Amino acid sequence: MPVTTVRKSADVLIIGGGTAGCYAALTLSERDPEKRILVVEKANILRSGCLAAGVNALNAYITKGHTPDFYVDYALRDAHGIAREDLLLSMSEHLNEVTERLEDLGLVILKDENGEYVARGNRNLKINGENIKPLLANAVLALPNVEVLNEVNVVGLHLEGGASKDAPGVVTGAYGHGVREEVLYEFRAPAVLVATGGAAGIYRPNHPGFSRHKMWYSPFNTGAGYAMGILAGAEMTTFEMRFIALRCKDTIAPTGTLAQGVGARQVNALGDVYEDKYGLTTSQRVWGTVAETKAGRGPCYLRTVGIGEDAAGSLEKAYLNMEPSQTLKWVAAGKNANEENVEIEGTEPYITGGHTASGYWVDDGRRTTVPGLYAAGDVAGGSPQKYVTGALAEGLLAASSIEEDLNSGLVAPSSSDSVDSATSFATLLQDLLEAEGNVTPEELEAALQTTMDTYAGGIGSGYEFTESSLDEAKARVRELLAVPPLQVSCSTMRDVTHYFEVRERLVVAEVLLAHLKARKETRWHCFAENKSFPEQDDEGFLCYVNSRYRDGAVETFTRPLSERRPEKTAGTERDYRDFTGRWANEHSH
Amino acid sequence: MSIRIDEQACVGCGRCIRVCPGSLLKLVPGETGGVAAIESPEDCWGCVSCVKECAFSAIHFYLAEDISGKDGPRTTMQVRAEGPLLHWDFSKDGALFRTITVDRRNSNDY
Ligand SMILES: Cc1cc2nc3c(=O)[nH]c(=O)nc-3n(C[C@H](O)[C@H](O)[C@H](O)COP(=O)(O)OP(=O)(O)OC[C@H]3O[C@@H](n4cnc5c(N)ncnc54)[C@H](O)[C@@H]3O)c2cc1C
Repeated sequence: MPVTTVRKSADVLIIGGGTAGCYAALTLSERDPEKRILVVEKANILRSGCLAAGVNALNAYITKGHTPDFYVDYALRDAHGIAREDLLLSMSEHLNEVTERLEDLGLVILKDENGEYVARGNRNLKINGENIKPLLANAVLALPNVEVLNEVNVVGLHLEGGASKDAPGVVTGAYGHGVREEVLYEFRAPAVLVATGGAAGIYRPNHPGFSRHKMWYSPFNTGAGYAMGILAGAEMTTFEMRFIALRCKDTIAPTGTLAQGVGARQVNALGDVYEDKYGLTTSQRVWGTVAETKAGRGPCYLRTVGIGEDAAGSLEKAYLNMEPSQTLKWVAAGKNANEENVEIEGTEPYITGGHTASGYWVDDGRRTTVPGLYAAGDVAGGSPQKYVTGALAEGLLAASSIEEDLNSGLVAPSSSDSVDSATSFATLLQDLLEAEGNVTPEELEAALQTTMDTYAGGIGSGYEFTESSLDEAKARVRELLAVPPLQVSCSTMRDVTHYFEVRERLVVAEVLLAHLKARKETRWHCFAENKSFPEQDDEGFLCYVNSRYRDGAVETFTRPLSERRPEKTAGTERDYRDFTGRWANEHSH
Repeated sequence: MSIRIDEQACVGCGRCIRVCPGSLLKLVPGETGGVAAIESPEDCWGCVSCVKECAFSAIHFYLAEDISGKDGPRTTMQVRAEGPLLHWDFSKDGALFRTITVDRRNSNDY
């Protein structure tokens, strides 16, 4: 049966109806009810993405007595100097606005008797985040000029003008397929926002057996947005700053609630507090735990014994609102947090611009280097510690520049109706479904994960790698990338989806390997533990490592650190042209 | 880490199918009509969206052996919604032994 094709066009195409995508749709719709906005989502926006289970707190908020600069300082310090201060600032300036909006939508945020939000520490707000995603989704579904298309997996961008060095092309749409039905979708829009989140599943997970998806990041965010941008020639930044989460053993539940909520300290098997020895940045907290274990003082724990029964009861409820497995674990064991310390471990590495800084190189309007393409949320780089509110803020910022660019004519509907990419995609889909392959997407995934675990610093190699091990990983990843689609066995659309998920992870892995190799220093322990260059090198590497995919190869180069408040040339068009390098001359690097 | 669907309790309304962030559920023919089924339980993330969505408490959530030990999967969790309240019921071998009630109007203490 031939695959059927559905074509749709809109003024703005939003790929990924998650946190950032939903907020961009809300903003765009409110600013201009005439614009037609199309949100295309791989699952169903009701519970898709990182927010599915709920979240524990709003981790990014400018609390009373602080300024956006305070947040920028914090994020920059945590990233050991490698972050875009300009992006962090524009994000921070909108954190409180989006928080109020969340409250308007129905999110419960704790307030004191004066009606002011109650802070947890200097940057967090206490909430009940169980229903945060349905609140956002229902707001979007109520908008008359927004169409939501669920269960469509977007796999590529339409690029007019090709991705060669001299003419990087313009994005004019995207294409994908139904995750259940044998339908090919083709989308056209002058402005395309990619908001597909980060990438999980590149490394072998904590539990490679039955509970392989019991991971911290959403296993369904597989790096599609990165991969389609990479293949379209978009510039990427800081992939080498991997994110490894310190989590509760087995359930991989967040630990912030224990550390910041009840003030639990990190202790080793001897009961000694070790966190102070290694430092308190996000990477140092993971590193300390790995180092203590390596030194024979593991396992490590968060010391919750003695917090009191009431606190333990509150924790059970708090986890039900965001990571119910942890509560189930306590209840099943018949022991609560007050009676037993919570064991902690590091996760496999993820690529996500929401916690670290990996992603698209963007300007302060979240424009990527490819005209017509914008990025927001975990897929956008340079701005770590973004979290929920930062992703919403970036959705807002991207929506604002899209509106501006459409109104100024900087991006406009394409006059050509060439559908080359869609035609070849139709053939590919048909081939995948019909061919009798001898390798399954599952096997490809296992091969990728084992390779990365062994040679590119996964859990199994203590997060460490060397120049030579990276070369080995690259050779194997390239071999896997070269497996022809006709050799892959796919009988259902689920298999096809899985095939594309593995493909996009392979593309992300290749770029990641190039970045890891290019940063010849160790700035962040565990996140990029380069045993060939074990010291931090400020002279050589207080800069960004960026990359671009050209003619089938990853080029890496460096860029100087940004200023927090760069001088702006008048007029958006100028900003855009200066920034992208598509419109100005090629950057020197 | 995964879910079991009680075929007797499931009415095949399909609401769980909609909310799964991995599109892992589908309707399959049951004895008296369509019932929800999870195709590959090992792909479950454990977000429990489906458990909360089910008005018939037909979906049981458990931690598999590899993360909870041999007897781990015997303890399961279900949810009953009652207005703003969510009652989380914990059972061992099918017998209810504890309920934790969360009021959705309240924020977390931590
Ligand atoms: C388990 C967990 C707990 C967290 N807890 C907190 C917390 O307590 N506080 C806090 O502030 N932050 C928290 N965060 C961080 C925060 O949730 C994320 O940074 C933020 O939600 C990311 O938003 P996003 O829009 O980039 O991604 P998402 O919200 O994940 O959206 C991405 C969307 O794109 C869709 N998609 C993916 N690929 C495709 C494709 N190929 N085609 C179409 N659609 C696609 C996905 O299905 C998803 O809907 C947590 C994150 C996780 C994973």
